Amino acid sequence: MSKKIKYKTSFGDQLMWILTLLMAISVLVLMVWMGWQMYHSARPSIQRFGFSFIIGRVWDPVKEQFGALPFIYGTIVTSLIALLLAAPIGLSVAIFLNEMALSKVRTVIGFLVEMLAAIPSVVYGLWGIFVLAPWLRETVEPGLAKWLGFIPFFKGSPVGFGMLAGGLILAIMILPTIAAISREVMAAVPNMQREAALALGATKWEMIRLAVLPYAKSGIMGGVMLGLGRALGETMAVTMVIGNRPDILLSLFAPAYSMAAVIANEFTEATYDLYLSALVEIGLILFGITLILNVFARLLIWSVAKGPKGGSLV
Amino acid sequence: MLSIKNKPLVGLFLLIFGFSMMGCGAQNPGTPSGQDKSAKANLTGAGSSFVYPLLNQQIEEYRKMNSNITINYQSTGSGAGIKQVSEQTLDFGATDGPMTEDQMKAAKGGKLLHIPLTLGAVAVTYNVPNAPKNLKIAPADLADIFLGKITNWNDQRIATNNPGVTLPDTKITVAHRSDGSGTTYIFSDYLSSVSPEWSSKVGKGTSLNWPAGIGGKGNAGVAGAIQQTPGSIGYLELAYAVQNNLPYATMQNKEGKWITPSLQSTSAAAAATTIPEDMRVSIVNASGADVYPIAGFTWVLIYQDQKDKTKGTALVNFVNWAIHEGQNLSEGLQYAKLPASLVGREEAMLRTITFEGQPILK
Repeated sequence: MSKKIKYKTSFGDQLMWILTLLMAISVLVLMVWMGWQMYHSARPSIQRFGFSFIIGRVWDPVKEQFGALPFIYGTIVTSLIALLLAAPIGLSVAIFLNEMALSKVRTVIGFLVEMLAAIPSVVYGLWGIFVLAPWLRETVEPGLAKWLGFIPFFKGSPVGFGMLAGGLILAIMILPTIAAISREVMAAVPNMQREAALALGATKWEMIRLAVLPYAKSGIMGGVMLGLGRALGETMAVTMVIGNRPDILLSLFAPAYSMAAVIANEFTEATYDLYLSALVEIGLILFGITLILNVFARLLIWSVAKGPKGGSLV
Repeated sequence: MLSIKNKPLVGLFLLIFGFSMMGCGAQNPGTPSGQDKSAKANLTGAGSSFVYPLLNQQIEEYRKMNSNITINYQSTGSGAGIKQVSEQTLDFGATDGPMTEDQMKAAKGGKLLHIPLTLGAVAVTYNVPNAPKNLKIAPADLADIFLGKITNWNDQRIATNNPGVTLPDTKITVAHRSDGSGTTYIFSDYLSSVSPEWSSKVGKGTSLNWPAGIGGKGNAGVAGAIQQTPGSIGYLELAYAVQNNLPYATMQNKEGKWITPSLQSTSAAAAATTIPEDMRVSIVNASGADVYPIAGFTWVLIYQDQKDKTKGTALVNFVNWAIHEGQNLSEGLQYAKLPASLVGREEAMLRTITFEGQPILK
């Protein structure tokens, strides 16, 4: 459809064109304005600490010393754990529901998975404090330490509250996003593709691998990236289980801190200007990281989409 | 939704509605505390979340007697309260830690008065299997636990103060507030006053660079972490610990006496301290035999020179009521009453508030 369609110019159409254009531009303006505003409020901190803010490891509001590295580290590690766990599970759920399950089972399980997205994050957080953290401390972490203790990630004394708990909570929270989008994308794969594969003698797994997944992969990737976006910005549930300690430790059992969490925790009681502006600068960095990741994801999707043509939602 | 089927329900609604209307009629505004009834005033305040339950109740009670005065208080945190009152976007602020000299200078509307509104205590709570309800912890030991130097419950230093109690060989997990908080301010103020090492290494503030432990969000987050982690120790507002039936430690005060935190021993801390002219004072580790050492004031912040006569009058009258009659609401909500000796001085302070040079309170 590369040919331009010529519209009869009517007033209504022009108005519509202007209105929708304005709406589209307003999103852009909002983003630029937010970024600029944050940069402006973060200026005292940027001028005072410069680049050392990003690589600094000490966060001491009493001595007016601020470094953001522990928060960047905590955010990225928990989000990665979440992604590593939720992507394969979400994809499996989508494959099962689309290609294997009976329609009744599909409706019920599909509904339940999507329900996970409707639970408020503070409820996840409470569940994390009272169920997940004790379970991790008593069962999972000692087990991991025993069998996989030679890997530095699984060393150290089990506390329960830490990066592993944060990552697990996030995994559960982004699972419905990944599963639902993957499912939609896979449902959009034409049945002819499947039939052709089966007709060539493919098994069910080969059919999924050769006909469905390649067709849907850019959409699935988009779903995963949306999930990652949610994981990076999630605040409440993470702060309730991560242990809120600005440290950089290899052990996943160790307490850590995330960028969104420190802003939410300390913003209201930030009593002097430099402190406030340091918190805003953390927000700016989070903004930047999310932006870079999204651009990266977009590039990835484009490069993937050059393969076999796929149905893409995002 | 109300179909014919629901007729009994409709009747019930009407009944309830009718009764509530009668209630409104009965609750006619009582006698105002000696002020111009015709003047309507809308006051906005914000700050300390610690004082919010009490202040909110006081505002409700006061409104019943003075229907022309509306007070809106938001618990945005002490830091935000100080900032906004300094910018003059609020009529009053409330804070758990006194303003610093720099902050006082930055206030745009002139001199801000600190008027103590209530007193809070911080309880040291713990979760140690088989430990008694009021474990005794010496001040220096408490500081070293939070510094990460005492790491096990069977440490000799804890044992010497608790003869007859066998403490388990369990690692100590320190839990603290992760959100900026007046409770943290009082607690770190106390640790700074009993431990030179804490004072130089960590200091006092609403948020700290904690040498050890994990952070929980809010009183609930800390309480949750403590309950779920055997071997943990942390600090909570006394009210929160009492209401949730958590065990709390008996602390040794400056005179060497072991004191359990209570509303009385908290009030005693304020009564025993020599309070300076401007009321900006820390009452942690006060001397006095029956004083609980980890306590602090919450202050209302008011400009000495009021710019609006109606608002200024309403504000001064309300605060004057809150430090007198309003104190009767304290104990039901687990706040300590201001000592009587102090209330008189606070009233004198309120009398220095002026509008165009004329004192407002007569």
